[in-house]
This record gives sequence, structure tokens and C-alpha cells, in this order.
Amino acid sequence: MNHVRVLRGVVGAAGFAVAVEAVGLSGLVDERFLPRMSTILVGAAGLIVDPEFLADVVATLTAWALGLLLTVAVAVPAGLTLGALPAAERAVRPLIEFLRPIPSVAIIPLAILLFSDNLHLKLAVIVYASSWPVLINAIYGLRDVDPLAKETLRGFGFGPMSVLARVALPSAAPFIATGVRVASGIAIILTVSAELLAGGSEGIGIFITEAAGGNRIDLMLAATLWAGLFGVLSNAVLVAVERRLFRWHHARSEAAR
Amino acid sequence: MLEITELVHSYGSHRVLDGVSLSVAEGELVSVVGPSGCGKSTLLRSIAGLIRPSGGQILLGGRPVDQIPDNLAIVFQDYSRSLFPWMTAANNVALPLRRRGLDRRRRREAAMAALDQVGLADAGGKYPWEMSGGMQQRVSIARALAYRPSLLLMDEPFGSVDAQTREDLEDLVLRVCAHHGMTILLITHDIDESVYVGDRVIVLTRSPARVSADLKVDLGASRDQIATRQLDEFVRLRAEVGRLVRGGSTTATTVLEQH
Ligand SMILES: Nc1ncnc2c1ncn2[C@@H]1O[C@H](COP(=O)(O)OP(=O)(O)OP(=O)(O)O)[C@@H](O)[C@H]1O
Ligand SMILES: [Mg+2]
Repeated sequence: MNHVRVLRGVVGAAGFAVAVEAVGLSGLVDERFLPRMSTILVGAAGLIVDPEFLADVVATLTAWALGLLLTVAVAVPAGLTLGALPAAERAVRPLIEFLRPIPSVAIIPLAILLFSDNLHLKLAVIVYASSWPVLINAIYGLRDVDPLAKETLRGFGFGPMSVLARVALPSAAPFIATGVRVASGIAIILTVSAELLAGGSEGIGIFITEAAGGNRIDLMLAATLWAGLFGVLSNAVLVAVERRLFRWHHARSEAAR
Repeated sequence: MLEITELVHSYGSHRVLDGVSLSVAEGELVSVVGPSGCGKSTLLRSIAGLIRPSGGQILLGGRPVDQIPDNLAIVFQDYSRSLFPWMTAANNVALPLRRRGLDRRRRREAAMAALDQVGLADAGGKYPWEMSGGMQQRVSIARALAYRPSLLLMDEPFGSVDAQTREDLEDLVLRVCAHHGMTILLITHDIDESVYVGDRVIVLTRSPARVSADLKVDLGASRDQIATRQLDEFVRLRAEVGRLVRGGSTTATTVLEQH
């Protein structure tokens, strides 16, 4: 079943590529504006051995990984605290409801003013934008723990801290992991966006800006393709990790279906 | 050991317990029967200190229950929700034993022994969601038995197992109760079962619940699934409890009320 889904996805993507190629071949669109798919793919393949591009990739991925790590370090404890203390959660709820809908990219100009260091700027933007799903999932994950599971342990004489550590955390963990996966996707978007808007010396976003300056739309799209592929790949890896780590959670929800 | 006087509880304006009084002596096994929805689980949760009743008093070992009593184990009616799905059956059973200060190996041994007692010797490595309802129910019984509490509260603990297993589990509870001197309060809606396992049977009225009868079961300490159920005393008690549960009085033979 899973294979069928993957296959369908591949067919869809291939179909799109063929369509773009056909448009290019037909001569309907000027090739300088929309390069042929084959040109983009050849460009993308060439980038693998381009040391300049590889350095950009390393810079982007470093910011992404550090940003995601910081996000987890900040948002998980914050979410757990708010989930465990309903009064505190009610107090910050209006603030969260107000800040969350603001498009995260909109805060990049502010960050440019606040941070002189380029990496700090990127990290601040990533943490701000990626924290929301982790925070929200941690709050709800903790709040929705089955009360009977908690009562079971309380009944055996375990105190509130033991109940938190042995029941609430394990129950909430799959939801937190899903939040982190969503955050990883947001983080890659924000990293590249920050590079595009704030500039800097290295990064996939910088590569794209420079390719645009040199009127190399094919290279722009090739670099974008790699950024997109990375997003797909990291999502797939995290899904696999979740399925493995929280087999009990997925097995149960599948049985319920 | 357990002394309940005029226990009253309401959920909002919905009165569930309407002055329940009963007492359980040390080492006694008392069954509680009553119609569905009459407030049996509410009574059990009050004794366990999981809800604060609206009124009345519960004394456990002479002290009022104002928090969760020490040395207590509960088999919840909703057994599947009370097992932790991220743990194997053996770890589910072993977890509460941390409160007993046992090391890892001893906890594991005790858990395996308890699973063996409920007929799940080979299922220790299985996760709850890999088990049938009846198996899950037996794991939660094993968990309570392994803990060796001084007071064991069981809420319809044999509802999901087949007749044969049910009889085995009834005998197991009787054995464990006698051997370890546990005090047990067992809620059931099975009239035969209430008489077979009980030293006493307490019958609750339709909601809001009061105690309609407190019957001594004179069947001796050792019971046998076949022989005991044939005794005149068993047959008499079963009929009486049956009448009471249907809402009749102790003496009247109200055949019509069965409809
Ligand atoms: N948390 C709750 N909030 C509100 N009402 C409740 C709650 N728990 C139980 N009730 C109500 O109280 C009444 C008694 O419930 P309880 O679960 O104690 O009955 P019971 O005798 O255990 O029933 P059963 O035999 O079906 O297990 C029911 O009418 C039920 O709807
Ligand atoms: Mg009940």
C-alpha cells in the first residue's frame, strides 16, 4: 500500500517534469525564463560536484540543524510546562493566538535590524517560526493524556512527578515528535527565506540570489530543487523514526481505523 | 478495616450515591452487586481517593480517606485504558513494583509469576494492543495481584473473559486473598459470582444507590466451582440476591417484577 503511494507520487512528479519539458520543446515560452526540465536536471546534477554550492548547502543545513535543535530545546520544555499548568496556559493563550497567525517571513526584516551576526539572525528566525507546532503539540499532547492512565499510577501511590514522567510524557511523546517533524519543514523554509532576504556570505538562498544576478534561471531552479528534495527527505526520515519509536501509537491508531 | 458511613455523591445535580453505609473487615472479600449505572464505580473511586465524595465518611484503617490510600491496588472496569500501550505486558505488571523498592530483576520475576498465575506465561513480551480484551483484562488483574496490596479494589474484573477463564480467575482471587491476607472489594453484576467469591454480598439499589441488603455468605472458606454451586445455601443466596437486584424486598417472591 505504501509502495503504491510512493509509486503514484513518482508518477505525478515525472508527469510534471515531462510537461515542463514539453512546454520548453514546443517553444511557447522563452527558454531564458522557463528553462527545459532536462536543463534544470543537468544543472542540478552538476551542482553535486560544485564546491561552491556544496559549501552553501553545508551553511544552510548547519543553520537548519542548529535552529531545529534550539527549537526543540526551547519549545518542548515550554510546551510541557504550559501543558502541565493549565492556569499558565490560559494566561499565555491570547498571546499565542495573536502571534501564531503572523506569517513568520514577515519578522525577518525585524530580525535583520536586531541581529548583526548572520547566523544568529537565521537561528532567531528559525526558532521563532518552528517553535509553534512543537509548542502547540506539546501542550495538547500533555493535556489530552488519558486521565484513567494517570489515575492508574496514582492509585498505586505514585506522586505527581512520577505520573508526569511515566505516563504523561510517554503519552505526549508521539505528538511532540510530529510537531518536531512539522517544525523541520518550516525550519528549512525559514533558513532559505532568511538567506534570500538578509543576504550573507553562504547558503542555498545566497546561491539562488547570485544565480539570479547572473541571469541563470536554470541554476536558480536547480538549487531550489535540491532545497525541496532535502525537505522531502528529512520529512521521510523523521516519519520513519516516529513509526519506529512510537510503534505502539501508530499500531493503535491503525487498529482503531 | 474499611468503614463507610452515609456516603453521598453527586455529579453536578445528578445524585449517584445516596447514603451508602458498609464496612469491610480485614481479610474479608466483599462483593458488591447492583444494577448497571447505579453508582458502583463511583463508590469504588471514592474509596480509592480518586474522587472526593460530596458527603459522608470513609475510614480506612481508622483514618479518613482524604487522599489516595497507601498500599492499594485497583483493577479498573476500563482495563484497556488503564494499561500503558508503550510497555509490554510484563513491564506493565512490573511498573508499580517500583513502589515496593524491588530491584529490576525481582520486579521482572514477580511480574512473570503474576502473569503465569493468570494464564499469560507466554504473553509477557506482548504489547497491550497486540492482545485480546480478555488478555488485557488478565494483565491488569496480574498487575494488581503482583503488587500485593492490603486493599484490593476490583471493578467488574472478569467481564471480558470466557466462562472457563472466569472460573479460574475467581478461584485465583480466592486463593490469593486467603494466602496473602488481602482485603478485597469486588464489584460485579454477575449474581452467581457475587455469591461464589464473597464472604458477604452487598446489594445496591437502583440509582441513586443505597445499600439494600448486606448478606452473609455461609459457604465456608474453601469453595469449589461445581460442588459449592450445588449447595442449597448457594442456590438460596443466589435467588435472594437476584430478587434484590431486580428491586424486590428480601422476603417477597415478586415474580412479576422480573418483567
Ligand atoms: N465523571 C462523571 N461525570 C458525570 N456523571 C458521571 C460520571 N461518572 C459516572 N457518572 C454517572 O453516574 C452514574 C453512576 O455511574 P457509575 O459508573 O458509578 O455506575 P456503575 O454502577 O459503575 O455502572 P456500570 O454497572 O455500568 O459500570 C451514571 O448515571 C453515570 O452516568
Ligand atoms: Mg462501573
